[in-house]
Amino acid sequence: MAAIEPVVEFGRRVETHSGQPVNRCYQCRKCSGGCPLTFAMDILPHQLIRLVQLGLSEKALQSKTIWVCAACRTCVSRCPNGIDTAAVADALKQMAVESGTAVAENKVYAFHQSFLQSVRSNGRLHELGMIAGYKLKTKTYTQDLAMGLGMFRRGKLKLMAEKISRRDEIRQIFARSGEVKA
Amino acid sequence: MRYSYYPGCSLHSTASEYDLSTRAVMEALGVELVELSDWNCCGASSGHASSHFLTYALPLRNLILAEKQAAGDLLVPCAACYNLLKTADYKMASRDGEAESLNSEMQTIMGRRYEGRVQVRHVLEVLALPEIRRKIAAGVTRPLSGLKVAAYYGCLLSRPPQVVAFEDNPEQPTTMDAVLRLAGAEPVPWWGKTDCCGASLAISQPGLVETMVGRIVSAASYAGATALVTACPLCQSNLDTRQAPGQEMMPVFFITELLGLALGLAGSDKWLRRHMCDTQPVLAGVGGSLTAAHGKAGM
Repeated sequence: MAAIEPVVEFGRRVETHSGQPVNRCYQCRKCSGGCPLTFAMDILPHQLIRLVQLGLSEKALQSKTIWVCAACRTCVSRCPNGIDTAAVADALKQMAVESGTAVAENKVYAFHQSFLQSVRSNGRLHELGMIAGYKLKTKTYTQDLAMGLGMFRRGKLKLMAEKISRRDEIRQIFARSGEVKA
Repeated sequence: MRYSYYPGCSLHSTASEYDLSTRAVMEALGVELVELSDWNCCGASSGHASSHFLTYALPLRNLILAEKQAAGDLLVPCAACYNLLKTADYKMASRDGEAESLNSEMQTIMGRRYEGRVQVRHVLEVLALPEIRRKIAAGVTRPLSGLKVAAYYGCLLSRPPQVVAFEDNPEQPTTMDAVLRLAGAEPVPWWGKTDCCGASLAISQPGLVETMVGRIVSAASYAGATALVTACPLCQSNLDTRQAPGQEMMPVFFITELLGLALGLAGSDKWLRRHMCDTQPVLAGVGGSLTAAHGKAGM
């Protein structure tokens, strides 16, 4: 059975972390009606919000839903209560990683880590470096190989990273971010 | 007319044709672009997924640079960068406690605060200005007659509407359709305009993105379009590379590429040869075969 935290406590933590008024939700389901990724989710967006309200933290933090949300913002655009469900999913991703919860979609997490590693060291994203980092983390060496070569031949992937001059400022931003490292 | 220009990471690599065509079109329309010096990645979309602070701090550094360099409104071709820069600007305009603390952090890091004086503008927004529309109408030398296209806006140009939208109706945007009509093309009415392409899931969840791209391409095809047009490097990349193998491929243009062709600008072959899905079959025969004419002119 899932551990149950007092309702107010988990909900409050999510509200603080995401900046979203989660408790305003009255389950109208417009978010789930418009969401383009429900076909890949284990919990629908309105159900995710309900879990947060009920303090069912484990179910929320272990869900696939928080990782496959593409942040298309359809939910927040249509929510009658002004709740940005994508921002709630972002907060839950961060809380899942911080609490050591098993990440339901490791590859999505590995992508974000590889992306930010590249930005942290260069100030800009170096796509080839990011892809190499991602493949090392996930051992998906052969995925999209032909496509990658095609892009390289068309000059779409640069060998060398572009670096900004004030990388010290980027390092300081990351140092203050509390972003959880690999 | 002068703008500070924020290309973003994609336009320096995977979407270099969007960068080249934007610069060419803006020059032809008398718009001067000054690239923001030492700009950094806005964080889309991994920043906000990983840290609440990064959501705002990465774009905020660029807003502070733009305010300091004061070369005009900040022109942004990438929908994701545009969205995050607008989101950071919106946050700072709220002047809430978090905005205050962000500003004092940035003061420590950069020795400068954000005063809220930067206007962030997307390329489509500038193309829709009455003055620019008049210049486009006067400058079209090779109208794209006979080209039926589906204008695809994606997510981040219009959502959430209170933060980013420049459209009258964010659920039914029209600015790109209007520009395409000025260029002589025929934009089709269709229902996929603001559907999601799957964005940054392309690498980690390619199967999901193929499904989402498949829906968009089918909808465009059902509406009678032979090509898609985007104003976002991530949308273009997903649509151009994740169409289901075995199906007939639909080419995916950037709005600035089609506009550049209609204006008869040099260098369009350099943009179009970077596409993964061949653009030639669709362009052959349009407006008296555009690219063939360009080839002869040695562009």
